[in-house]
Amino acid sequence: MKLRTVTEGKGTQIVLIAIALAFLAFFVLLPLISVFSEALKAGIGGFVAAIETPDALSAIKLTLLIAAISVPLNVVFGIAASWAITKYSFPGKSLLITLIDLPFSVSPVVSGLIFVLLFGANGLFGGWLAAHDLKIIFAVPGIVLATVFITFPFVARELIPLMMEQGKDDEEAALSLGANGWQTFWHVTLPNIRWGLLYGVLLCNARAMGEFGAVSVVSGHIRGETNTMPLHVEILYNEYDFVGAFAVASLLAGLALVTLVAKSVLEWRFDLHSGARH
Amino acid sequence: MSTQYPSPKARARSWRKPSVLPGFALTFGTTIGWLTLIVLIPIATIFLKAAGLGWQQFLEVGFSSRALAAYRLSFGTAAAAGLVNAVFGLLVAWVLVRYAFPGKQIVSALVDLPFALPTAVAGIALTALYSPNGWIGQVLEPLGIKVAFTPLGITIALVFIGLPFVVRSVEPVLADLGRDVEEAAATLGANRSQTFSRVIFPAIAPALLTGFAMAFARGVGEYGSVIFISGNMPGRTEIAPLLIVTQLEQYAYAGATAIAVVMMLVSFGILLAINALQAAGRRRMGA
Repeated sequence: MKLRTVTEGKGTQIVLIAIALAFLAFFVLLPLISVFSEALKAGIGGFVAAIETPDALSAIKLTLLIAAISVPLNVVFGIAASWAITKYSFPGKSLLITLIDLPFSVSPVVSGLIFVLLFGANGLFGGWLAAHDLKIIFAVPGIVLATVFITFPFVARELIPLMMEQGKDDEEAALSLGANGWQTFWHVTLPNIRWGLLYGVLLCNARAMGEFGAVSVVSGHIRGETNTMPLHVEILYNEYDFVGAFAVASLLAGLALVTLVAKSVLEWRFDLHSGARH
Repeated sequence: MSTQYPSPKARARSWRKPSVLPGFALTFGTTIGWLTLIVLIPIATIFLKAAGLGWQQFLEVGFSSRALAAYRLSFGTAAAAGLVNAVFGLLVAWVLVRYAFPGKQIVSALVDLPFALPTAVAGIALTALYSPNGWIGQVLEPLGIKVAFTPLGITIALVFIGLPFVVRSVEPVLADLGRDVEEAAATLGANRSQTFSRVIFPAIAPALLTGFAMAFARGVGEYGSVIFISGNMPGRTEIAPLLIVTQLEQYAYAGATAIAVVMMLVSFGILLAINALQAAGRRRMGA
């Protein structure tokens, strides 16, 4: 390059890089390190003992169950929504996209509150539910509902830009060669979008397992029954069982790290754009 | 096997352009149905509930002195954290896009950690760091700087939460920015800081503002990472989302609803502003 003047001098570069790295180390890396360091304060034995309590194990099971229900629901929705939005043209499309994004702009606590207002004891359907001996709030269905609401946009918003870019030529070719709609979807569309879909699923899953505010409002914090991992972290922390709290927290931090590594690999290998907005 | 070409008549719906691709009814129906059930009806409920309160009661519980203090704290700390992130997020994005250094990809992945780390985990980690006997707290304590259980602590938690929004908004715009305009500016005699303030900054300003607005909106509603470090003293370090939870625990549904509606209206206002900004940005870039 001839025009070396169009960048900063080496010294300026090093100073800027140093400030940026120091900021990240201080605000992002240090909290992450402290999770693991606090978790191992009582040694490996203390860590394992904290994880092996029945309450912690049941919280882990519940968290896995919640993710196993809500992520597939949002995958089906995300694929349907992005197919409808990217393969056809109809009026009101940008309004539809805005509405799909709506849960991102609602505070997690408010997301929980709206389901309490619907299904809680004093809620709109509270009386009817009680009469039929059904429980949504302070039970697993409420946690699933709140989690589905919170993670609603994740898959759709990864797929919509991707499928928009890919257009519909491949699908039209498949159809004209005699494939039916489902065959076109399974053999043409799905292979085209699989890495973007995986990316969306990763982010959706991380949020589903880690959600705190919304779940906290609807769960009722019943130990061994409606306590997810993040809620269990809070309970242990408030009881000054710091090793226990950080032990469970370190499992969640481990999940976050796995998510980040998988996400980076997808980005580097398949040149997916990092989702700028969640 | 028969082809699935729909007859032209069946496809002649006036409100959308015809398409040879099947599945419109299925996918559009699923989308609208699921959206209505999971998102629209629940959100409508809270506005209905708020409308049922009547103006008098809505203003009374939605704008009580305790609620006002909570809004001030939530909006104030979110704005402060957004500003910090606007400055340092821009710097991080700049360094990631423009400079080469070892470990860059790891640094880039680290930027996303606040998206991936559950908020409660971030909350207890930050509290452990900044409490008076924590790694950072014990350094700041002798200097008379209190972080945990003060608005400063809340701001730090929101800086953590908001950082990726700014970096990931600015990064693609910065990467797409043609170097030719900078070369032209340099050729015409501009020095580096003039080029930055007159050429580069105006081009990335919409993205930076979008990132700030998203970090701000997220910060206003943030709960998990804040409640541990904030100390939760009513009127002093009680954020608005926590006040909603407190009201709910006391079965004060009217109060919880009114505060939630005020927060949602502000959030939706910000969302609309972001969309308008992005539309303006697209027009500017000629796309």
